[in-house]
Amino acid sequence: MTELTRISAGRRRKDKFMRGLLAAATGVALLPLVLIIYYLVYKGIGQWSGQFFTTDPNGNFLGYPGGVRSAILGTLEVVALATLIAVPLGITVALYLVEYGKKSLFANVVRYFVDVMTGVPSIVFGLFIYIVLVVAHVGGNFTAWKGSVALSLLMFPIVARSAEVVLNLVPSSLREAALALGAPRWRVVTRIVIPTAAPGLLTGSLLAIARSAGETAPLIFTLGTANGLTFGLSQQMNTLPTQIFSDITSPRNAIVARAWGAALTLVAMILILNLIARAAQRRSRLA
Amino acid sequence: MMPPDTESKDPTAVSLPDPAEQGSATQEEAPDISALGEPKPKEAGHNVVLEGLNAYYGKMHVIKDVSLTFPTGQVTAIIGPSGSGKSTVIRCINRMHEEIPGARAEGSVKLDDLNVYAPEVDITSVRRLIGMVFQKPNPFPTMSIFDNVAAGMRLTGVRGENMRERVHKSLRAVGLWGEVKNRLDRPGIGLSGGQQQRLCIARTIAVEPEVILMDEPCSALDPIATLKVEELIDELKERYTIVIVTHNMQQAARVADSTVFMLDGEVIEHAPTSELFTTPKDERTERYVTGKFG
Repeated sequence: MTELTRISAGRRRKDKFMRGLLAAATGVALLPLVLIIYYLVYKGIGQWSGQFFTTDPNGNFLGYPGGVRSAILGTLEVVALATLIAVPLGITVALYLVEYGKKSLFANVVRYFVDVMTGVPSIVFGLFIYIVLVVAHVGGNFTAWKGSVALSLLMFPIVARSAEVVLNLVPSSLREAALALGAPRWRVVTRIVIPTAAPGLLTGSLLAIARSAGETAPLIFTLGTANGLTFGLSQQMNTLPTQIFSDITSPRNAIVARAWGAALTLVAMILILNLIARAAQRRSRLA
Repeated sequence: MMPPDTESKDPTAVSLPDPAEQGSATQEEAPDISALGEPKPKEAGHNVVLEGLNAYYGKMHVIKDVSLTFPTGQVTAIIGPSGSGKSTVIRCINRMHEEIPGARAEGSVKLDDLNVYAPEVDITSVRRLIGMVFQKPNPFPTMSIFDNVAAGMRLTGVRGENMRERVHKSLRAVGLWGEVKNRLDRPGIGLSGGQQQRLCIARTIAVEPEVILMDEPCSALDPIATLKVEELIDELKERYTIVIVTHNMQQAARVADSTVFMLDGEVIEHAPTSELFTTPKDERTERYVTGKFG
């Protein structure tokens, strides 16, 4: 039988000190984040106006330099095409790895390369597309769809990796139950596995979209620069990241200010995507 | 080795229920089996015959030359300590064993004259004829109660105008109809554990199998839910060949017509249940059923 012991004052002090240290470290880590948000809002919110969202950069030397309409629509279009390429591909690869490839040598090799792709810097994807599609003049010089392809290369490993994790969370007892009823494997996948994993697959895809929407490097080499509003995917196109990139180096204060407004717009769009992703996550029936 | 089933230490505790008495006791809330149509004549049922069955996980030889007959219209229980291969044997019958990576089986499992391991046989047709109920209730979480029961038909590509009718019949047959008829569109996972397990049994019988395999179907259930499932098994045996794996010797004694005792992947003894529990021929069976090991 041990006796009840008293906590010494020294230990209490040590506990208080360590707790304080942890809180301080958290504060330091949060500081840059808070500062970024603060500067973005401080510098950017003044730019937001009806005109800002409904006009394109006009290149005039005097007067209002134009807003970000073409950049917002361009970003939506380029990212949408990239999503259409990367999400089905990523989920398909994840389905192969989880349902068919499992622990086979080929599946492990694929897994390894997907992991390697996750770590490739985004500028390398941009350069790659620049070399194989832009320099080689495949369907024109700088075009919007080439930017989408570069972004999809960036998104694909994120989608595949997150989808693999989510599909692995689907309990194998559900697959067994369906197989034991006499279901062919493809029906088990389409009717049981995918619906059960759907909210998680959606979350992973939205996070990949949010991640790629803010990427600049893969775009500056691939979709060129445009100011006006373009819709054709085989034209050059303006996007928020590339507009910020070119605006911020301008000698004109009004254009530098527009860069801040555009940056705030981009962050707000990504924030909304993240919130949707989190809402989908909460609806998930998996752990 | 698992600790011995504490309740079974007293050999006198294994008493067989009087069939007549049990029949009257369950009369009131007996599941409406007639809803599935006239019981088939006994000759129409299917015997399941295992001949020289061997099963492996990788290099591990887990089922050693098992030959058994599970007669139609009867409940056969398989008992034995953990790791004795009970579950593996029944997973070989509907070829679920081979779903585990590295697992394989040799020998023959015959449904009457049909060898389910014949190379030309479509595995999905085997599993449609031989249904399975698992240890943990596993309703599909994305589906409603109705859809869970209909899942077997939909997953096997059966289309039909009588889907609704078959779902209702299956729910009546497992005695769940009264409890869920007003909330068929609610999620299946909202039911209690015992209801979920009966839902899974309804899902299994909705595809009209010939044989039902049950892998410790009551081990996750409370005693009342267990009783309901056992009554249901007793009703279902009229129409199906039933094989039940159980850890609980009282359960084997209550529901099974004959009982198989397995040890280390081998069948030690297969006898009518009362005989196996009261006058076992093998010394190891006696020691197991009297709780001396296991």
